[in-house]
Amino acid sequence: MTQNIMTTTISSAIRAGTPLLFASIGELLAERSGVLNLGVEGMMLIGAFTGFAVSYNTGNLLLAVVAAMAAAAVLAALHAFMSVTLRANQVVSGLALVFLGSGLSGFWGQRYVGMQAQALSNFSIPFLGKIPIVGEVLFNRDPLVYVGYIIVPLVWWFLYKTKAGMNLRAVGEAPSAADARGINVSLTRYVYTIVGGAFAGLGGAYLSLAYTPMWVENMSAGRGWIAIVLVIFAIWDPLIAMAGAYLFGGISVLQFGLQVAQIPIPANIMKMFPYLFTIIVMLFTSGEKMKKRFGAPSALGVPYSREGKM
Amino acid sequence: MSDIVLKLSGIVKSFPGVLANDHVNFTLKKGEVHALLGENGAGKTTLMNITFGIYRQDEGEIYINGERAEITSPHRAMEYGIGMIQQHFSLVPSFSVAENIALGLKGSKISPKVDLVRKKVKDLAERFGLNVNPDSRIWQLSAGEQQRVEILKLLYMNAQIMILDEPTAILTPQEATNLFKTIKEMVKYGASVIFISHKLKEVLEVSDRITVMRHGKVIDTLKKDEVSERILAKKMVGRDVVLKILKKPSAPKKVELEVKDLWSRGDKGIYAVRGVSLEVKSGEILGIAGVAGNGQRELAESIYGLRKYTGEVKIEGETMRPLSVVSRMKSGVAYIPQDRKEVALCGGLPIYYNLFLKKPFRVPEFYLNPYLFNSSRLKRPSEQLVNEYLISTSSLNLEVKYLSGGNMQKVVLARELSLNPKLIIAVHPTRGLDVGAIEFVYKILLKARDNGTAILLVAGDLEEIFTLSDRVAVLYEGEIIGYSKPDESHLEEIGLMMAGVRKVKK
Repeated sequence: MTQNIMTTTISSAIRAGTPLLFASIGELLAERSGVLNLGVEGMMLIGAFTGFAVSYNTGNLLLAVVAAMAAAAVLAALHAFMSVTLRANQVVSGLALVFLGSGLSGFWGQRYVGMQAQALSNFSIPFLGKIPIVGEVLFNRDPLVYVGYIIVPLVWWFLYKTKAGMNLRAVGEAPSAADARGINVSLTRYVYTIVGGAFAGLGGAYLSLAYTPMWVENMSAGRGWIAIVLVIFAIWDPLIAMAGAYLFGGISVLQFGLQVAQIPIPANIMKMFPYLFTIIVMLFTSGEKMKKRFGAPSALGVPYSREGKM
Repeated sequence: MSDIVLKLSGIVKSFPGVLANDHVNFTLKKGEVHALLGENGAGKTTLMNITFGIYRQDEGEIYINGERAEITSPHRAMEYGIGMIQQHFSLVPSFSVAENIALGLKGSKISPKVDLVRKKVKDLAERFGLNVNPDSRIWQLSAGEQQRVEILKLLYMNAQIMILDEPTAILTPQEATNLFKTIKEMVKYGASVIFISHKLKEVLEVSDRITVMRHGKVIDTLKKDEVSERILAKKMVGRDVVLKILKKPSAPKKVELEVKDLWSRGDKGIYAVRGVSLEVKSGEILGIAGVAGNGQRELAESIYGLRKYTGEVKIEGETMRPLSVVSRMKSGVAYIPQDRKEVALCGGLPIYYNLFLKKPFRVPEFYLNPYLFNSSRLKRPSEQLVNEYLISTSSLNLEVKYLSGGNMQKVVLARELSLNPKLIIAVHPTRGLDVGAIEFVYKILLKARDNGTAILLVAGDLEEIFTLSDRVAVLYEGEIIGYSKPDESHLEEIGLMMAGVRKVKK
């Protein structure tokens, strides 16, 4: 019985953590390039809506996921244009994206409310899925969860072991140094802001195609914000971001578990935990030395211009 | 001539309100160390930023090895073989030394060739005496070590023209000596070096030729053998007589400011003020002369409580706590900082607000009663001040940032002097002002002196020191190297002291 509760909790933690994982990996990439995109919530909503609509109309899930990523990437491109080319205030532009995303998805999504569309279903990975308990928890899930398993080490390898990843980190940490080495700062920021948007769209698609396969207005319900917080929590490291995503996912699931078990911790307190954890992490990591040690993007939110330095 | 590797011809660059480079010509020969000497703001760094592709010149041409070069970016400059070490290093703090050097290198596809770089860096480090561990992370290194990494970067790329922008500013004397050795070593291998500095001694130590800049213009280019510190100091500081104001002899009375053995660190963590003791009496102006960067700013900031220090600062015999600006204000100290836009004024607030920013600390009832902060109450006295100080503005409500430099300074003066201060600390009070505004500032300061205020004046311009002060103290490398009288006959003496030569006792 206890074992059952454990496995269900962990497996729902992973499911709940997956959209957070995608969104925070995307935000992590954008922030690593020095662009703060607070519009994750909006991009997730656009992704969730687009994914659902395409799935409903075509029945093609792969197409739905790709379309969701593309739609969110378009929003991200808008943010990139505002913050890189126009050097506008990134906080304002990002917040605008939230409202744009939630407004557009709410407006276009009206006719999809209550509809049913093709959804992602679980499939067991051969052999791995047969392992007792672990197989059930980790390897009997829907395909996007597996994508999550693979994408994180890939992003980690990309960031720390490849030339392109090194360039990306340099652009976020010391744009003038990167510029002096012939790295195109603006292009780098465009690329990773847009790629980051695509990841947020993927997180959104996971919500409407797998987690709760339907369309509800504002269905991301603050997950975009948690994803942003998660990036800081993870000190811009994809592996920690993964652990954090499942942890935060677990906390959100635990709310229901506690209610069922009638343990009197109010849901609002539980909802607070991700932010509380992040504040605790920030207490220890926000020193100037620490930031440099972890390679925190010190140029985050600061538009770059060569002559503007003086 | 074929041995000229870099030629700048007729370079003009202006920034809003400032002509930073005014038709500058400059040549660099192969295998020489060429110093670019001048005061802060003389346009040295701007000129080199143009050469390195950070700025584009408004006019003029750059020739490299006799051929016209279009330098559009630092990266392009490096392709021409030009490397520059800026005052703010361009290093990625979380990367290792080798990674920083590998960053952006061509040739490798997926993964950076850090291992190869590491090996080559070790060789270079050994050959040029640059002791750095290629695996250390930048954030762990001292400023001197980081500079060595920057030099290694240039060596790695085989830069033929190396620009060093005030490289010794962050170094200990020992590190500086090592740097000079490295520079000489690099020149042996065929590189040419441009060395930006305002320190006369080191310029004479390392360079073959010296170009002196002042106010955006090249004053002269000299061979090292032809010059002495005295000649250089004279050329650098200049003697452009702007205006003559007659002043009454001073009548110093009691001591207002007493500083004892003050030590204070600069922004880079190295001691900038080293054991300064001085006194300023009421009714006199003590001028602090010296080449910029010898601790003047740090001294003024420490006395006003803006910077940490050890030692003693007494105002009217009362010891002040370090870092307590409020206690200084309460004791009647006025401060005219060198950076009026950033430190003295709030650009986004209207004039009348700026005029009263400090008032509450001197007038308790203003401070305690929030209702007195209504604008009409503030405006009436502000109007008086605007008239008295001839601040030309369309309205009291105008935001200060829209005023000209001269009018901004008048707002600062009006505010600081309306409190009837006992002591004024004025740092470069006329920097960037036109002649009319300068005259006004001089008259105001002299009037305050005649009314019995003690004034500590920091100025780079000797003319200003001569016009205003009653005594001159020369600051050199954070110490008062000697005192002198502010008149023409002591010019040479002051010039020598500015160059670090101690006064010979008769």
